[in-house]
Amino acid sequence: MRRRFHRPKGAIPYLLLSPGMGWLLVFFVVPMWYLAKTSLSSGLFPLFSFDWSFGNFSDSISQYQSQFIRSGEYAAIATAIALAVSYPLAYWIAFRGGRWKNLFLLLVIAPFFVTYLIRTLAWETILSDNGLVVRLLRDVGLVAPGGRVLATSAAVIAGITYNFLPFMVLPLYVSLEQIDHRLIEAATDLYASKPKAFMRITLPLSLPGVFAGVLLTFIPAAGDFINAQLLGTPRQYMIGNVIQSEFLSVRDYPTAASLSFVLMAAILVLVLIFARILGTDRLTVSA
Amino acid sequence: MTQSLTRDELLRRGLAGGAFLTLPGLLAACGGSSAKKATSTTAAAQTLPRTITFSNWPLYLDIDEKTKTHPTLVAFQKRYGVKVKYLEDINDNDTFFGKIEGPLSQGQKIGRDLIVLTDSSGLPGRMIDLGWLEKLDKSALPNIKNLQPTQAHPAWDPNRDYSLPWQSGMTGIGYDPKLVGGDITSVDDLLTNPKLKGKITLLTERADTIGLVMAANGDDPSHVTDATFNKAVAKIQKAVKSGQVRQFTGNDYAPLLAKGDIYACFAWSGDMVQLQADHPGLKWVLPDSGGMIWTDNMLIPKGGNAYAASVLMNWYYRPEIAAQVEDYVNYICPVVGADKVLLKTDPAVAKNPLIFPTKAMLANVHQFDAKALNNTDYTKKFQHLIGG
Repeated sequence: MRRRFHRPKGAIPYLLLSPGMGWLLVFFVVPMWYLAKTSLSSGLFPLFSFDWSFGNFSDSISQYQSQFIRSGEYAAIATAIALAVSYPLAYWIAFRGGRWKNLFLLLVIAPFFVTYLIRTLAWETILSDNGLVVRLLRDVGLVAPGGRVLATSAAVIAGITYNFLPFMVLPLYVSLEQIDHRLIEAATDLYASKPKAFMRITLPLSLPGVFAGVLLTFIPAAGDFINAQLLGTPRQYMIGNVIQSEFLSVRDYPTAASLSFVLMAAILVLVLIFARILGTDRLTVSA
Repeated sequence: MTQSLTRDELLRRGLAGGAFLTLPGLLAACGGSSAKKATSTTAAAQTLPRTITFSNWPLYLDIDEKTKTHPTLVAFQKRYGVKVKYLEDINDNDTFFGKIEGPLSQGQKIGRDLIVLTDSSGLPGRMIDLGWLEKLDKSALPNIKNLQPTQAHPAWDPNRDYSLPWQSGMTGIGYDPKLVGGDITSVDDLLTNPKLKGKITLLTERADTIGLVMAANGDDPSHVTDATFNKAVAKIQKAVKSGQVRQFTGNDYAPLLAKGDIYACFAWSGDMVQLQADHPGLKWVLPDSGGMIWTDNMLIPKGGNAYAASVLMNWYYRPEIAAQVEDYVNYICPVVGADKVLLKTDPAVAKNPLIFPTKAMLANVHQFDAKALNNTDYTKKFQHLIGG
């Protein structure tokens, strides 16, 4: 019998791809092209001229090294905390949530109905020097008497963790929810202890969710500047703050553009290393 | 930098936003024919367009809370039969400039006839140098005679060919006497008093922060040299390193001061008038060594209708109109005679020295050096200072 279905030929796949590709071309590739050109230009605002100034890159790295490192540190710590907090939460919702699953998920994303800026400003009030939280922390001795939380690294990291938490919870939930419970039952039937079944079955099967969650949290966190600006001091400023001020205040577009590229490259490298460690081929298959 | 809103006001205003943006249009539609007569008396060849677009800072124009319309603007539209599209889309000099810089540098219009930017940001002077501004049409602007004489000849626009003040404000020290444990009138005290460690903020606007510290050093902020600039930066650097300075802020110092998270800070006069309404204990002073003064200027971006914009400026330079605006805005009025009108309608405002400063106060404020504002080296140094 002849096969009734065959691979579509000719233009159809490309036609279907074209809206997305067109969108990316206009709103990603073209701006990137201008950004690349600017990053290799020199001169004073507004007369920048393109002259292959690779020096912009070495200058911006050496000048803002500490902010780069700080961005990586804060984003990594925030991602780790978010993972530690989200995994049990997502696990509980997926395995124990029952018919309330959707409600719990809704509660996780509910803060997102409020804009990012307002949520961060709310933390300014929550962590206020004379507020309830800080007084409590002082009473239990976690904060020195007369000490503060606002305008410290802890506040910035807490803010970042909070703001990106749902990006961690949702992918984790999706991967945990897909796990076939019979596999865990089979493992315990074969005399695996509960922790062992978790380590051998649940955890490996949830890795795609961990991978996606870590990326979705780490990448925006590394480029964030709102939390450092509102909850931190100049000593907490991240690379995002530098890029913002180079663009808007100093108006040194070449430096700002080269900083953006360095940030993108650094994130890309970190992501590749991370993917290598977790093993991407397996992840892409099961995701 | 002049936005003087508290967060509550911003939210309140944001909710109303949708409603009042559409209103001027409706009102203009029933504006009527009396308008045309008024225009025909001025330069014959000039006619007003159907719409004038005016971009300004939030909470910077009188508003009728009930109808969410701007009474002085409604009156203008009635009289001249022209629709004014009033946008409150300037929240920050640098950010707004970033928005219009692209089209202007390509020789494109930005769809606005009038914008308002602060002199101490250096941007108005910059835009003149770049040729990005239209000249005022002074034939349509006889009321320019009401401009405060002290404002008539800024270094960056000596004859006011391209700019006209909208409001001014002073920068000084805002503080809570209860928390400070007394009064604070010296910048050095603010930067070194151990009682205030971690409890003060400075401003991200370099003209204000550098200017105040320069004055405290006994240097002249209106003539910046490398030596005096570096001296001021070094002094601030020391206070940052020691942990004395908690943050550099825009006008978000206001809630911090109100909550008691900070005890004292560099603060803008107009903000303090509004803060004091809810927190009467707070005080604002010009430091002994002198404060700073800045002015928000109306400018006509290239491609805007200079005649129409000038007619609108002329309207706001009538003392009785300026008085109406002032009664709501609470910054410093640049129009001579507005205080006399207010003395009858709202004497409390007319007598408030933060709104109509005394001669002694005006003698104790400096304008920041216009040239230093566009010195990239200085800008970088300051950004490094506040950026770690």
